[in-house]
Amino acid sequence: MISAFFIFNQKGEVLISRLYRTDLKRSIADVFRIQVISNSDVRSPIITLGSTSFFHVRINNLYIVAVTKCNANAALVFEYCYRFIAIAKSYFGKVDEESVKNNFVLIYELIDEINDFGYPQNSEIDTLKSYITTESVMSTSIPAEESSKITTQATGAISWRRGDVKYKKNEAFVDVVETVNLSMSAKGTILRADVDGHILMRAYLSGTPECKFGLNDKLVIDKNERGIGDAVELDDCRFHQCVRLDEFDSTRTISFIPPDGEFELMKYRSTSNVKLPLRVIPTVNEIGTSQVSYVVTVKTNFSNKLSATNVVIRIPTPLNTTSVDTKVASGKAKYVPAENVVVWKVPRIQGGQEISLSATAHLTSTTHRQVWARPPIDVDFQVLMFTASGLIVRFLKVFEKSNYNSIKWVRYLTKLFIRAGYIYSTPQYDTCLLHVCICGMD
Amino acid sequence: MAAFRAPPRKGENFELSADLNSEYKEKRKDAIKRVIANMTVQKDVSGLFPDVLKNMQTDDLEQKKLVYLYLMNYAKTQPELVILAVNTFVKDTDDPNPLVRALAIRTMGCLRAEKIIDYLCDPLQKCLRDENPYVRKTAALCVAKLYDLKPELVIENGFLETLQEMIADSNPMVVANTVAALTDIHIAAAAAGSNTEVFVITSAVLNKLLIALNECSEWGRVAILNALGRYETHDDRESEHICERVVPQFQHANASVVLSAIKVIMIHMRSVRSETLTKQLVRKMAPPLVTLLSNPPEVQWVALRDINLLLQKRPDILSNEMRVFFCKYNDPLYVKVEKLDIMVRLAGPNNVDALLSELKEYASEVDVDFVRRSIKAIGQTAIKIDEAAERCVNVLMELIGTRVSYVVQEGVVVMKDIFRKYPSTYEGVIPTLCANLDELDEPEAKASLIWIIGEYANKIDNADELLGIFVDSFTEESYPVQLQTLTAVVKLFLRKPDTSQDVRDRAYIYWRLLSTDPGAAKAVVLAHRPPISLPRTTVSPALLEELLGEIPSLASVYHKPEETFVGRGRIGADAIPKGGSELADDRATAQKAFQTVAAGQQAENLLNFDDPTSNDGQQPTGLAATTVLTSTPAATNLLSGTSSNPLDDLVSIFGNTGIGTNAAPPPTPGQPQTHLNAFGGLSFGGQPMSPAPPMTPSVLQAVSPPPQQQQQQGAQDDLLGLF
Repeated sequence: MISAFFIFNQKGEVLISRLYRTDLKRSIADVFRIQVISNSDVRSPIITLGSTSFFHVRINNLYIVAVTKCNANAALVFEYCYRFIAIAKSYFGKVDEESVKNNFVLIYELIDEINDFGYPQNSEIDTLKSYITTESVMSTSIPAEESSKITTQATGAISWRRGDVKYKKNEAFVDVVETVNLSMSAKGTILRADVDGHILMRAYLSGTPECKFGLNDKLVIDKNERGIGDAVELDDCRFHQCVRLDEFDSTRTISFIPPDGEFELMKYRSTSNVKLPLRVIPTVNEIGTSQVSYVVTVKTNFSNKLSATNVVIRIPTPLNTTSVDTKVASGKAKYVPAENVVVWKVPRIQGGQEISLSATAHLTSTTHRQVWARPPIDVDFQVLMFTASGLIVRFLKVFEKSNYNSIKWVRYLTKLFIRAGYIYSTPQYDTCLLHVCICGMD
Repeated sequence: MAAFRAPPRKGENFELSADLNSEYKEKRKDAIKRVIANMTVQKDVSGLFPDVLKNMQTDDLEQKKLVYLYLMNYAKTQPELVILAVNTFVKDTDDPNPLVRALAIRTMGCLRAEKIIDYLCDPLQKCLRDENPYVRKTAALCVAKLYDLKPELVIENGFLETLQEMIADSNPMVVANTVAALTDIHIAAAAAGSNTEVFVITSAVLNKLLIALNECSEWGRVAILNALGRYETHDDRESEHICERVVPQFQHANASVVLSAIKVIMIHMRSVRSETLTKQLVRKMAPPLVTLLSNPPEVQWVALRDINLLLQKRPDILSNEMRVFFCKYNDPLYVKVEKLDIMVRLAGPNNVDALLSELKEYASEVDVDFVRRSIKAIGQTAIKIDEAAERCVNVLMELIGTRVSYVVQEGVVVMKDIFRKYPSTYEGVIPTLCANLDELDEPEAKASLIWIIGEYANKIDNADELLGIFVDSFTEESYPVQLQTLTAVVKLFLRKPDTSQDVRDRAYIYWRLLSTDPGAAKAVVLAHRPPISLPRTTVSPALLEELLGEIPSLASVYHKPEETFVGRGRIGADAIPKGGSELADDRATAQKAFQTVAAGQQAENLLNFDDPTSNDGQQPTGLAATTVLTSTPAATNLLSGTSSNPLDDLVSIFGNTGIGTNAAPPPTPGQPQTHLNAFGGLSFGGQPMSPAPPMTPSVLQAVSPPPQQQQQQGAQDDLLGLF
């Protein structure tokens, strides 16, 4: 399995190095530096040299690297790298060179706990935090029963939850966050629309609560209660490991004992009857080599009672832009040279409203015309009480021995992020596709 | 803590040693942290071993872990001193705190010192039966560590039997780690040549595994699923049972669990007899496969490579899901390339329009490599789906209309393949292709266009003119272009015998020179080529089955058997120097094969060239054949600067006849020069002619009729045609 784990900075300096198995030498790090970090043309996340394979993931100018000498489970190695990143984020906020350098002792402690002899071990953040902390722990200061509680939790059937959680007020918050991927033809017909949904839960519940979660899942509703409202057809669901998969498989009920605090309960996909909250229609004209003109129109697609808030539209400009003249009827638009984008902020768009921006970018003449990648337009906004898939949480039931009352909050927070391509008015691109993708908060 | 990484000062180790022996606790701990920091950047701090060791006995868990970390690194270099640590370790394995017990047993297994191993067995024996599951799960893996160091100790102490018993442990995590340890030992034993199976999965074990599967951590599930994949079922009911129990894992959030579950299903589905169940399983597999695409790009890539394999086995699995494989703007190139391949695999008459508009979009992106692959994908779609070919051609023509150099070149190459598949169908586009002749500078594109011109010579009015352009620059062209030019010229002659241009004359001459049987020439040059089609699989059926049973391992990602990159007996390790990207690049492989074939042809042609007449051996050899020889008169002229017309050099062989007469000593018919010996005795028919060049083997190859060359020609065309 995983023979070694390294973290490199951008320059190829080793920040963390841990050999889990004996089939490698520490100097293997140099091989990675030469083959990957100093190599400008790396076109695969796995590099195999001889019988040594390097798996790498990049984050904030760091290379997270796992090395194997066998026919390793590639998906597991990458999942492990990403889990490490998630744990590191949760422990010290961000994962960058500075935070790794400042926390290297803690990182060594963590990577020894979550991996033994190359086999990933318990990596549930909540549990890890109960015995690997930023303050030093005295083995004498923890009573023996406490540490056996910790270890039981780390190995138990519900390794994600401590047994002794207590809250004065028992509350659970459910956020439904949706991501829409959309592509439209230039004429506005939708070629493809699908929703990537996440259900995030923040559970502040005492004891060991048993939860049941109900959605307007078409398969459940068809089976049990015919003719109740609109049912949503889910193409696929994936669950946090606390959810009993065998039960879902046989009866499609979602039952679980939640971890304490925030976690992602489920992810789902839906491709049928997707309702689009916003439409973005960009027209971009390249006028000669010195100007690009933009007209971007945003139309809402929901009822007058609702509104989209905190709308931020980012329109990319060519790299050799010197200045941009913008004209907007609502909100504020500003050219940000450092990022080569025009940022257009609109605090609120009421349902049924339509807003537009027109702008002209002035370009400097360059000796050789650089190719411009024409990145997509991003739109970031929120619409409360609106899901593109039509998904509704029908119930969340909490059962606990002490029979306490709990308050449950459900939010259909559709925080969105649109990716849009252009309709080019230059002749060769007149039938080009428009890509719009609306994603969740991240 | 950043200060620990300050640049080394003079005598830093001396200072550290002092701090490690400080009377203040905090100072000692800081010093240990600095030692670890130095160790990380590969500075030698092994000299501090005794000083660090003194800090081992402490109540501070963090400090203990740091000292252990140090020990794991340097135990091997200081075996005499490690013995001093043994007491503390053994004492720690009796600590009331299970975390301390587990830490001690975990670390002892990682110390690579002979001396300490002997002291490991007793505590390990105890920890394997510890009341605390956390200690037990750590001890289970420690057995694998011990086996790695000294297998005989594991066998002597009966640890293997203990592990076998531990599969029945009440705690699922202990079961998972036990399975991992046994599998590890099993592989190590097999690699060492042991005949006995260490980890035999019986039906009793199977049931334990199936129970633990639903309860243990995600990583444990992967270990258990791997073991389930190895189980050999007795009848179809058992296989069905396993499949039913594993299917719920498709809904797991961790991609490695999902893919491992798919592997188990693929393995055990082989012996499922019920067709409804098979159908149901395949149907249930599709949604999780699609959902894998919402993972980070690296995981996506692994999933895509495995999906590629799955589609080779079961092409219908994702038949309605092509759209989800459309590339996203910010996908890394390696993901996009895999998606392209899968899109073409999933293309059918019903979704081809969506695919084409998508591919057309990609062809206007910035990354040249991706654009080329997209255009190639359009060609593959045309070849795969007959009824969509015309639409594909239209899209290609639109793209060629952009006149972006690499788009045009790739488009021409792809069009040639389409002509091969659908002969005499899209002749209308030939003028557009020929109009772009000036744009072409890549050999493959040129060769493709020349092939098209030759093939449709009778339909193109000015085919001779067009070919003339290539003929003029003949010796400057690369090998494939030369080959194609020659073939095309002969085709032109055979198809349009009435052409009165110079090209025809030349073709005529060479045909006369090399063949006395026009029928045979026709049979060779205008032979019917085997139609091209898209291969449905890229690996052999046997290998495909093997790889499907290894999802999502490296082997399944690379589509290569494990032996090619793992272990002692690995073969062709040098053949995969750059990993996935290289492996995925079929084109490079094809290119290599092409070169090999071409080289082989050169060698062979040379022999043919010399054979007919006993020759004094002045002919150029091998690759040098394409270079101008100073022994030939025209070249001598050129080199000495006496030639008045640069076109007179050998390059002008196919050039204007008028100039030919101006060339230095025109050969008299019937008075063969050394370099013409090969053609000795043949009449030149009194035509004006510049000195014959030292002919490149390709010149001969293209028109010579021996049967073995016919095959080569076929192979040549195929290689060109496939890509």
